[in-house]
Amino acid sequence: MMTNPVGRITQGQFSYLPELTDAEISLQVQYGLNKGYAWSVEYTDDPHPRNTYWEMFGLPMFELRDAAGVLMEVNNCRKTFPQHYIRLMAFDSTRGVETIVMSFIVNRPEREPGFALVRQETHGRTIRYTVRPYATDRPESERGSR
Amino acid sequence: MAAPLYQIPGQTASTAESATTEAAAAGTAVADPLQSARTVEEVLAQSQVSAVMDELDRDLIGLAPVKGRIRDIAALLVIDKLRMNLGLQAQAPSLHMSFIGNPGTGKTTVALRMAQILHRLGYVRKGHLIAVTRDDLVGQYIGHTAPKTKEVLKKAMGGVLFIDEAYYLYRPENERDYGQEAIEILLQVMENQRDDLVVILAGYKDRMDAFFRSNPGMSSRVAHHLDFPDYQPRELEEIAQRMLQSMHYRLSDSAIAAVHEYIPLRMQQAHFANARSIRNALDRARLRQANRLFAQKGRQLTRDELMTIEGEDIRASRVFT
Repeated sequence: MMTNPVGRITQGQFSYLPELTDAEISLQVQYGLNKGYAWSVEYTDDPHPRNTYWEMFGLPMFELRDAAGVLMEVNNCRKTFPQHYIRLMAFDSTRGVETIVMSFIVNRPEREPGFALVRQETHGRTIRYTVRPYATDRPESERGSR
Repeated sequence: MAAPLYQIPGQTASTAESATTEAAAAGTAVADPLQSARTVEEVLAQSQVSAVMDELDRDLIGLAPVKGRIRDIAALLVIDKLRMNLGLQAQAPSLHMSFIGNPGTGKTTVALRMAQILHRLGYVRKGHLIAVTRDDLVGQYIGHTAPKTKEVLKKAMGGVLFIDEAYYLYRPENERDYGQEAIEILLQVMENQRDDLVVILAGYKDRMDAFFRSNPGMSSRVAHHLDFPDYQPRELEEIAQRMLQSMHYRLSDSAIAAVHEYIPLRMQQAHFANARSIRNALDRARLRQANRLFAQKGRQLTRDELMTIEGEDIRASRVFT
């Protein structure tokens, strides 16, 4: 059974929607800025659902007023890592919240190979299941280039 | 990967189509309230530019050439808005500026106003002013400059970036100075993201001229060179009155006469910094006034006495000796 036949990673917000355009990303970012969130850009080539800590692209951007600054950083990251997953995250520093409140993917590799289900037979007839992304089949230095 | 059993709307074939409709939707979402205006008056009424211009006229004394240029720019932006409403091409003009003038001629004050005016005209989206100097842009070691400059630029997006004493960015005596790197990043953003921010370079006349001579790229990207003339003694008197008024002080008749004498004398002395010198002189006069009142310990002081600066407070200045 395939629950996600087009193979798109669905993580964070808007991931069931078609790719957001830059104008739409700007609107989302501006919404966050108006609420006082600090945006940051992160990237990874290992899209495992449990891989929550992606690599930071630069520092989180505090004290921004306009979405153009964030978009500049996103485009910079896209240029550097065109075949990586790139996501935008908004940090809410309100006391008691102090966490990420928005997160969505703004860049994907051209080909998203999806995941393999690995079955491990253990004691008795027990089977343990593992999800393994095909994206990490190759060593890190060779991923993304095709 | 298996062929999809169903299609996510806008996934492959209809991507282009959906993208355009989305862009259009996004466009209307940030719709300009000025879009339907047809006359200059309508644009002015809706953008409240004239209020800012009046304020500029009222609050800032002298500076006629600067006000004239600001009016020109405002006029161009208003007409552009009308052209755009009628579907004529109105290419966003380059609005990077340089403010050139002696110390204390109001460069920073005007820059603040400029941010407001450009915001009301809808030229910059947020209308905030980020004031920086060399220290904020140029790093301490290799690889430090680019992130630092970019961070400042990101903060300034949607507003005005005011670079005070911009000529310090370029140090010709040291060819490995990191200032050059900051200038290159600035130039790139000034060129590519003209809609997103306006850069104002400020500095003193002779050194700014040298700066632009050695950075022709910068000079050609700055469309407006505004000269801030020195103030006349009469204007400085008016400025003094204005400053005191905002601090709830006033000059007695003898103090007015003293200020009248003080200003020409101060102007001949070294390190005269126009309005800034006047502000400092007034601050010292306030100290003397406080001292004078402090000496009369037993007496009840009236509101008037607390507000008034007397001639003797001014004349105690060492300018008169």
